[in-house]
Amino acid sequence: MPSIQAVDIVKRFGSFTANDKVSLQAFAGEILAVVGENGAGKSTLMNMLSGLLHPDDGEIRMQGTPVKFGSPRDAIERGIGMVHQHFMLIPVLTVAENVVLGHEPSNGFFDRREAERRVDELSARYGLKLQPRARVENLPVGLQQRVEILKVLYWGSEILIFDEPTAVLTPQETRELFVVLRELATHRRTIIFITHKLKEVMAVSDKIIVLRTGKVVGELITSETSPREIASLMVGRDVLPTVHKPPPRIGEPIVVIRDLHVQSDLGVEAVKGIDLEIHGGEILGIAGVEGNGQTELVEALTGLRPATSGSATLKALDLLAGNSTVKTSAAKVREAGVAYVPEDRRERGLVLPYTVANNLILGLEDSPKFSRGGILNFSKVRSWARGLVPRYDIRPPRTDIPAGNLSGGNQQKVVLAREFSEDPLLLIAAQPTRGLDIGAAQFVHERLVEKRDSGTAVLLVSAELDEILALSDRIAVIYEGEIMGIFDAGESNEEQIGLLMTGGEERAAEQSIDLEAPALVQG
Amino acid sequence: MSIVTASGLWTTLFDANLWQATLRQATPLALAALGGVISERSGVVNIAMEGMMLVGAFFAVFYSVIFANAAIGVVMGMVAGGIMALFLAYGAIHLRADQIVMGVAVNLAALGLTGYLLFNKYGTNGTPQSCFAPPACQKGSVYTIPDYSVPLLHRLPAVGQILFQQSPIVYVMLGLVVLVHIFIFRTTLGLRIRAVGENPRAADTAGINVQAVRYLTVTLSGVLSGLAGAYLSLTVGSFSEGMTSGRGFIALAAMIFGKWTPFGAFGACMLFGFGQALYVDLQNTSGPLQSYSTLVATLPYLLTIVALAGFIGRAIPPAADGQPYDPAAAG
Repeated sequence: MPSIQAVDIVKRFGSFTANDKVSLQAFAGEILAVVGENGAGKSTLMNMLSGLLHPDDGEIRMQGTPVKFGSPRDAIERGIGMVHQHFMLIPVLTVAENVVLGHEPSNGFFDRREAERRVDELSARYGLKLQPRARVENLPVGLQQRVEILKVLYWGSEILIFDEPTAVLTPQETRELFVVLRELATHRRTIIFITHKLKEVMAVSDKIIVLRTGKVVGELITSETSPREIASLMVGRDVLPTVHKPPPRIGEPIVVIRDLHVQSDLGVEAVKGIDLEIHGGEILGIAGVEGNGQTELVEALTGLRPATSGSATLKALDLLAGNSTVKTSAAKVREAGVAYVPEDRRERGLVLPYTVANNLILGLEDSPKFSRGGILNFSKVRSWARGLVPRYDIRPPRTDIPAGNLSGGNQQKVVLAREFSEDPLLLIAAQPTRGLDIGAAQFVHERLVEKRDSGTAVLLVSAELDEILALSDRIAVIYEGEIMGIFDAGESNEEQIGLLMTGGEERAAEQSIDLEAPALVQG
Repeated sequence: MSIVTASGLWTTLFDANLWQATLRQATPLALAALGGVISERSGVVNIAMEGMMLVGAFFAVFYSVIFANAAIGVVMGMVAGGIMALFLAYGAIHLRADQIVMGVAVNLAALGLTGYLLFNKYGTNGTPQSCFAPPACQKGSVYTIPDYSVPLLHRLPAVGQILFQQSPIVYVMLGLVVLVHIFIFRTTLGLRIRAVGENPRAADTAGINVQAVRYLTVTLSGVLSGLAGAYLSLTVGSFSEGMTSGRGFIALAAMIFGKWTPFGAFGACMLFGFGQALYVDLQNTSGPLQSYSTLVATLPYLLTIVALAGFIGRAIPPAADGQPYDPAAAG
């Protein structure tokens, strides 16, 4: 009997049908992958299974018995836990507080020590290393996800739903996660795994459900299918797999970084003496496990964070403004020709309640193109936006709706459209395809290569090694704030780089799961 | 007492009466501000504290007369504040109305309701005669809260008068500062309240009933505002229209000044209370300082503006403060 089952679930938002008679079933000890492009209805379905949303029609059954969840609490009590794509964490609380929230140990008061002890115990058992007393807001995204996973494990959930869990992980971390998933499956837990990365589907799942535009379009057994079959079901047509990339025409060094030191928010040295040169017409990829100084490096280069010492120059301009203790203004850096696609588009890339048109001129609002004497000329803003929307294939093709209403992929296209529009000398792209589906990721990749070919120096920071390997002309591996090695694209391989990303330690033992399924899709 | 020079002001500052009055003035502010801390920590901006305080002040007097007992009056004042808070809660939490607009509505309703009831119940003469104890108290008088001197301790020089010759509600307030701190930062419910105020959706997914937590905190806030109102009216033994005269808003400012913490809010209330006490003191003097008393009274507020502008560290509100939570609006 399936441990959880959805039968003909229907969910509508206004006139939009997000789930149209969707059915699935999952058994204890089994890993079920739910795949589909963004907007296919995966998250909506999972939000219903976890009690956050209520189906308009159809029913959910557990062990064959129909169940109704009034709230996530009901679902949790029935043993369904969800690891969300956008983390459900309280940034100002500690790791331990976040994990036990809702089910706190108590001795009359909140028993902090007991909470920390239990978190230590759980993290040791599942190999998810964490400091229980660290404040979540100070952790890099990768570690925040661990907190999410620990939370669900702490709830003792029998059915675990993972919403795009690998979007933020390195290959090593992904392998570790898959070991955890397998381990959980052998303990008769039911794993539902939402993703659009076919490599991972092939590597870890037992069965696959494919969703497209709110409907189930395929139910597959993993061992009997191929990535190509899944991809064409997802997209509804055959997919062109790889990025077309002509050989680079590498020019002069545009950015020169010398002995750069930067501190993290905690006052710890996060970037420890980095030397790098980025040339025009090349994509320099920074490979590394998240939280190894990439964020701080990028923020120093974009004027968002002061450097403690060292230098960084863009052509002749000092990016650090000659004063290492005072950060230079982000606006000056931007004016000098640096474009920046930030790693968190919702936090830093966009103002979600603003319209698409207004988002497209963020940072450019004082330019004479759009305003005079501080008064915005909205007809110019609109016509500018109407030019960019079709060029970047932003869907729906409207300039007057809030950016927050767009899907993740289309939000990212808005950021790219804005950042690319000013013909930058240096383009910094941090995690540019995080959370994007195949089609959108491919689009982003093509645009990055296009920029490179027009002579821009591109600094690509990504936790996705596939993406780094597919796009970069040179690859620099970062580990604990230091560059471990720089490779030309031709002379590197995934294993070698993966090893350096973890400090060059032997990790061979952990490679029990083969990720080398056919690399049909990049990113 | 006569203050003629700056050295006269100096003597005033070392006068135990001034500091005793400071604590008295600070008490209603601090009670309401503590409620404000609880409410805003859960993400509900409570600008209706003024109205809740006013309703508490009226019903404290009303029931003190009916039951011929000041303590019952105080309790009923708290109940009335709590009921007023439920209106705010229903609008701001259940119906997800704008919290500021709801708060203004509650304030105006409270002003109208108490004004009407004052006239309707007591006519044009206002609330009945006040009294402290039975010989003076007849049927129908307002039983007032007498000060309580703590045995022995009140004889301590200076400190005795300031801290230990006060209304019982002052002692309650001082205890509540500590209790609310423990409640917010050391209990599981406090942890949940903070979680709800920072990220209600995360709290919801962790199985916390966001609406219930917010109903509770807003109601607690109303009860504390009601207590503040009861203190105001039953210390003087009468109720007059609009007698809170903005204290609910000052409490709100104190809470922000105190960075949403009980001790911080208390400190800010002491500062404001000092301003008011000094103002009263200077008004009762003759000489040049009297004409400046109103100006002196504005000093704490000027200081607040300076503080809020970021000179004493930026005050960061709970991330979801003021935002209604809609469980169904998932992405």
